[in-house]
Amino acid sequence: METLLQQIINGLVQGSVYALVALGYTMVYGILGLINFAHGEVVMVGAMVALSAIMLLINSGLPPLLVLLAGMIVAATACMALGYAIERVAYRPLRNAPRLAPLITAIGVSIVLQNLAMIIWGREYHAFPQLLPNSPHMLAGAVINEVQIIIVLAALAVMAGLLVLVHRTRLGRAMRAVAENPAAAALMGVDINAVISVTFMTGSALAALAGIMVSANYGIVHYYMGAILGLKAFTAAVLGGIGNLRGAMLGGVLLGLIESLGAGYIGDLSGGFFGSHYQDVFAFFVLIAVLIFRPSGLLGERVAERA
Amino acid sequence: MMNKKQKPMIQEMIFGNPSSRKAWFVFAALAVALLLLPFATEALLGRGWVRIVDFALLYIMLALGLNIVVGYAGLLDLGYIAFFAVGAYCYALLGSPQFGLHLPFWVVLPLGALLACAFGVLLGAPTLRLRGDYLAIVTLGFGEIIRIFLNNLNAPVNITNGPQGINMIDPIRIGGFSLSGTHELFGITFSPVHLYYYLFLCVTLLVIFVSLRLEDSRIGRAWMAIREDEVAASAMGINTRDIKLLAFAMGATFGGAAGGLFAGFQGFISPESFGLTESVMVVCMVVLGGMGNIGGVVLGGALLVLLPEALRNGAGPAQQALFGKTLIDPESLRMLMFGLALVLVMLWRPAGLWPSTQRRRELSPDAEVAHQEQESVYDAAK
Amino acid sequence: MHMPHTLQTLPLVTLCAMALVACGKSGIPPAAPSPAASELVVKIGASAPLTGPQAHIGKDNENGTRMAIEDANARGVTIGGQKARFELLSEDDQTDPRIATVVAQKLVDARVNGIIGHLNSGTTIPASRIYNDNGIPQISPSATAVTYTAQGFKTAFRVMANDGQQGKVLGEFAAKNMAAKKIAVIDDRTAYGQGLADEFVKSAQGGGAQIVAHEYTTDKAVDFTAVLTSIKGKQPDLVFFGGMDPQGVPLVRQLRALGLNAKFMMGDGGYTPKLIELAGAAAEGTYASLPGVPLDQMPGGKDFSQRYEAKYKQPIQLYAPYCYDAVNAMIAAMQKAGSAEPAKYLPELAKIEHGGVTAKIIFDEKGDLRGGAITLYQVRQGKWQALQTMSGAPAAAP
Repeated sequence: METLLQQIINGLVQGSVYALVALGYTMVYGILGLINFAHGEVVMVGAMVALSAIMLLINSGLPPLLVLLAGMIVAATACMALGYAIERVAYRPLRNAPRLAPLITAIGVSIVLQNLAMIIWGREYHAFPQLLPNSPHMLAGAVINEVQIIIVLAALAVMAGLLVLVHRTRLGRAMRAVAENPAAAALMGVDINAVISVTFMTGSALAALAGIMVSANYGIVHYYMGAILGLKAFTAAVLGGIGNLRGAMLGGVLLGLIESLGAGYIGDLSGGFFGSHYQDVFAFFVLIAVLIFRPSGLLGERVAERA
Repeated sequence: MMNKKQKPMIQEMIFGNPSSRKAWFVFAALAVALLLLPFATEALLGRGWVRIVDFALLYIMLALGLNIVVGYAGLLDLGYIAFFAVGAYCYALLGSPQFGLHLPFWVVLPLGALLACAFGVLLGAPTLRLRGDYLAIVTLGFGEIIRIFLNNLNAPVNITNGPQGINMIDPIRIGGFSLSGTHELFGITFSPVHLYYYLFLCVTLLVIFVSLRLEDSRIGRAWMAIREDEVAASAMGINTRDIKLLAFAMGATFGGAAGGLFAGFQGFISPESFGLTESVMVVCMVVLGGMGNIGGVVLGGALLVLLPEALRNGAGPAQQALFGKTLIDPESLRMLMFGLALVLVMLWRPAGLWPSTQRRRELSPDAEVAHQEQESVYDAAK
Repeated sequence: MHMPHTLQTLPLVTLCAMALVACGKSGIPPAAPSPAASELVVKIGASAPLTGPQAHIGKDNENGTRMAIEDANARGVTIGGQKARFELLSEDDQTDPRIATVVAQKLVDARVNGIIGHLNSGTTIPASRIYNDNGIPQISPSATAVTYTAQGFKTAFRVMANDGQQGKVLGEFAAKNMAAKKIAVIDDRTAYGQGLADEFVKSAQGGGAQIVAHEYTTDKAVDFTAVLTSIKGKQPDLVFFGGMDPQGVPLVRQLRALGLNAKFMMGDGGYTPKLIELAGAAAEGTYASLPGVPLDQMPGGKDFSQRYEAKYKQPIQLYAPYCYDAVNAMIAAMQKAGSAEPAKYLPELAKIEHGGVTAKIIFDEKGDLRGGAITLYQVRQGKWQALQTMSGAPAAAP
């Protein structure tokens, strides 16, 4: 029983990590209908920049939480600039291009960012300093530590914040207008380019936050960390219904749970034939099954016929 | 007799305008150039480059296969390398000490293509209702599932030998003539990389020929109709389900055949050759070269295989020339420049290096149809 | 219609031309200072992943190889009465078996006299065929798959214990010396991790231990809580991980965070300074193995590690000393044969006896390291401490 509870906690934490990244994907997709495949690398850059900033400040005598906050601000700023630049350089000129053209530039940008990070921060794995409290707490026989609780709460808070932003603010209304009908939005005086830039910058700031949370949880940072994380988050976003903020959260948590329960119980379920090496197979089968019955994800709206 | 009928066809595909005497001449020159290419390459650049050209041909086959799915039918497939893997493993399992089977390549290769075709249908069936990015993630998952199975099926029963891969795969033999040996023919020495070059060239030309015929057929037009507007296509009486499945099956068949050739050529395969990045690279080849246009896809395939290798030794000397010393490891710059090239080429030619004429018509600003393709932000903000 | 046609193909032609020029440039070897008439230029090819997730280990290999070559040039080596100058040709194989064969062919084209590489078994095996076809001796510093030297290639050698040798020693140590009764095994499903874990399981079971769980992960994973939780339920007294340190670090941290009190053990992939640096307190008590005798007990070993740190401003990551030994064994064979011609020095390499910094390099008939010792280490007070050097088992017959 405590094993099951522990597996659920594992899934919840892992899922919240996915959700944090997936929210950034979905944010951009909701407005632009474009998958920002370089998002995973922005997460990595966020973690790396935060690490550099923290290493500068760590011996300054400031309290650890303040150091982390400073790192977060620096990383978010850097990522916002990066997000703006990526949109400006790699996506904006291709708005009239065939649908797959931005996919290729996104892949190109990912390769560039990865190798740039390798040149700047080296090929080694780096330790991410333990600035958040991480003492374990027992919960009916299962263990959870403070960093993990913070990650779950952060994911929920970010989702709530984004919902408020999109549905309760002027900027959010502009975003929705652009998503609905860009031409009409432009006619109504919405500065489309500005809205899109802000969307990208918001998504990138979230990526920085996600990068820091991931690094704080696992304690290591590497220039290659973005690729796999981006892929999982993309899967999560699609599972929940890409473009939908609640869907990203739901998809993330579900994917996390599927993975941990899959890895934990697939052996028993299949009579020992499949082991934890089929964890991803299990996850993808669930995804395919969901998409067969709900072709636009769990919470996604029906895709317009000519999207 | 057959030749005479075929040649103008190929020529038409290459030049887009048929049957002038000049075109004939160019065609003959091209044929000679293709025949001499491996020797010229070896003399100028070394045998390593002949091997790279061999791989370029293999990837051109893959890109042409994927072009049917992505370029013609407009279905984004991010797991295409799975079919390459199926073909390769089929060849390896039936022609290696793994099971002690040593079937001849003319049995194994078609079998691999056929098996890949079956997997194509298997992938196509559950994805028929999916569109765009949802399709992309499912195909991506499919590719990963195949790879994970290949990687893990060494226990409880050892089928694929797991992560260790399969070694000592039989070379492709025609009669008693092994392509993996060095042979003396007509006073010229042919090393394995040369022999495989000619085999790959023949298969590539065959794939080009089939693609051309398909493009110009009822099926090809049905694919393009689905690509442009699936609802309208089905209203016109096209059986979209069968036609989509056919696209997956045809594309997969080419991938499977290429996989078999890869296994015979390499002599060793392991699951790490069939990862997601390979699938993504093939998509890049198709899109960067020019979706739906055979010439463009061939160009894209060749370029993306050759470019990283060309950059291999270029980064060091370039730095020397610019700054007078090596500032950054050349090998870290190589992939960086490759990524940059992807971005720049796409910005320079958003429809691909050599787009299909039909697509170009759609995209030219004065054409009526230009703005119908997407009603999203893409148009409005310009 | 003709004009736009030409215009459209123009950039295409330019691009092709550019590609050709780029190829052309790369084909010409960089102009070397013209060697003195009596000088013998010996080219040593090296290949490892220099980009991608394992680049840090690949670069470490290149560093070790480079140091051996610079040392040889500094001390002045004569081969067959001629003064030799060694050159390093290093290529990135990207951990990709396909690229590895391209790199191999290129190094062969460049007429290298010998090869140090590759890093992984998955790249070493397909490349070894090309070296063998061209008769060029190859010493892998780190490929551990048994099949590499079981292909019957006369040119294939390694200065690292194979999975069979190392897994056997680790399993025996676990079952006998540590008296582990219930063992949980995790492997990362790479050729290395799976090969080592399977040999470990065989040997540990042979020693009377019980394998209570065999779980799996990947070489890209960072979260292991799910498999660790199910392992925790089985209450093992030892967890063995077949994999490299990038996974080993988060794995051991999560293992401790989940409150698993079992001992933790890895193969050579875990014996890195990074494991301690990154895992911190969680790494305390971790066991790992490494072929050879501890570096500071070998003649020249301590000196090597000090000079390495001074030169590259970082500690040895993993296999640099093995690369160093591989190059020196190769040079010794060349000197004995009085020639750097691959065909001439290959027989000498097969029967070389070279005192390296990791071990005494003697190859058996297959090209594996003969009777190589394997040392077990443990993290104690934040440092790797040698526990015991076990005499190596002969390479297991496949």
